[in-house]
Amino acid sequence: MLDIQNLSIRFTRYTFGLKKKEVCVVRDFDLSIAPGQVMAVIGQSGAGKSLLAHALLGILPRNAKVEGRILFKGKPLTPERLSALRGREIALIPQSITALNPLLRVGVQVARAARLSGISKKDVPTTVRRAFSRYLLRKEVAHCFPFQLSGGMARRVLTATATVGMADLILADEPTSGLDPITAREALTHLRELADTGKAVLLITHDIAAALQVADMVTVFCAGTTVEVARADDFKGLDQLRHPYTRALWDALPANSFIGTMKPIERTSDAAGCPFQPCCNDQNTVCGQSTPELKDSGEGRVRCHHA
Amino acid sequence: MLEARTLAYRYGKQHSWLFDDLDLQITAGEIVGMSAPSGRGKSTLAKVLAGYLPPAKGSVMVDGLPLPSSGHCPVQLLFQHPELAVNPRWKVAKILQEGEEPSAELRQDLGIEPAWLDRYPHELSGGELQRVCLARALSSGTRYLLCDEMTSMLDALTQAHIWRIILNIAQSRRLGLLVISHDTTLIAKICSRNISYFEDTAIMSNSRI
Repeated sequence: MLDIQNLSIRFTRYTFGLKKKEVCVVRDFDLSIAPGQVMAVIGQSGAGKSLLAHALLGILPRNAKVEGRILFKGKPLTPERLSALRGREIALIPQSITALNPLLRVGVQVARAARLSGISKKDVPTTVRRAFSRYLLRKEVAHCFPFQLSGGMARRVLTATATVGMADLILADEPTSGLDPITAREALTHLRELADTGKAVLLITHDIAAALQVADMVTVFCAGTTVEVARADDFKGLDQLRHPYTRALWDALPANSFIGTMKPIERTSDAAGCPFQPCCNDQNTVCGQSTPELKDSGEGRVRCHHA
Repeated sequence: MLEARTLAYRYGKQHSWLFDDLDLQITAGEIVGMSAPSGRGKSTLAKVLAGYLPPAKGSVMVDGLPLPSSGHCPVQLLFQHPELAVNPRWKVAKILQEGEEPSAELRQDLGIEPAWLDRYPHELSGGELQRVCLARALSSGTRYLLCDEMTSMLDALTQAHIWRIILNIAQSRRLGLLVISHDTTLIAKICSRNISYFEDTAIMSNSRI
């Protein structure tokens, strides 16, 4: 469905006066998702996970430069193709419920999304009604304004907006943050159901425990790059995990040892060598000299000189 | 001891009570967890306990005295979104001076780099900014910390890192902590007791906790 190779995202910033500087926030990022799969992207907060979703939709700010190969359904995703597919075949469930228009009744917003995704005017009312009943939203909710909904309901409206069309690839950006466990569980179950109907779901989150509830595969994102691709089942103990960052992340969960012995990686760097090297406990000279390649390891992949 | 006596709050007369006749006690050095579904008034309770909102009924006392109406409050609140709890147009150095100038030792414990002092809040990551907020809240007069979903936006490593710092400081200074979180495993890990509200109670009423 979606295949990303060597994606990099750079920003041009003014440093002093008219001097410009390029900051690389994502580099060498690889990811692939098959239909029917939930792929979770987990990693540190502020590592550029949301930028990834924005890059896939082509909605990055103008000072951003995207490089690398993105194939969607086997064909390269060019800006022209993207603007035709966005909202129709690729849909985003945004991170924040402020993405809803505060001045429009939510029924109108879902209908508008349906219309924009290419559903004929005649079929819109039935499609919208079906979307509302699928997400257990009562008919009256359609006449509410966003501020009249609870956080969980607003989240369901956003999911309805993204899935009312027949999008094949759903990007869900932090769908559970700030939700209580019951509402979070519900949001994740909806994503799983979408995948089970043959769609591909990219679940971007910092919450490993939540991601593991529904994901098939997990891509671990660290310092702007893919460090490991693992099956969700690999997250049972430390032995099956391949990269030291993944192990540290897993071990830092409150349900495990809850030690943050490792210094959190504060920001991405452009320096040569392994991006994870400043914080790694098993580093040696080779780590500082060359960036490891992403290599196959069992049913997953890993980017480490020692794996 | 931080004590709430028959506390009640609602956002105006036409709204229902978020909590009513609520008693709560946290002793020095105690770590108490609190979890409840969204919209039950956990954050409002924290704001009332920290003196941001005046209670409609009842009172909040620290060691038998009401919260001071001016000056440093011994009960400090830490928010889920640190970026909304600081002035976006102030540099970190000025934000830190809002409380008491943090000692070099505290800054080192929290891992606040000297380079950050000259930056604006948007130039720090969420975890970095949360540590700045923590330094600001940890003046010498602070006795109780209320952590409202303080690390729910952060990844597991940063979360564990920040909690280790807080737990160390809380132990050495005998601070009382109220940890509000949806994450029940986190609460089970660090708290000595947990206050939770059941599904069927509409408001936190008459709860002796």
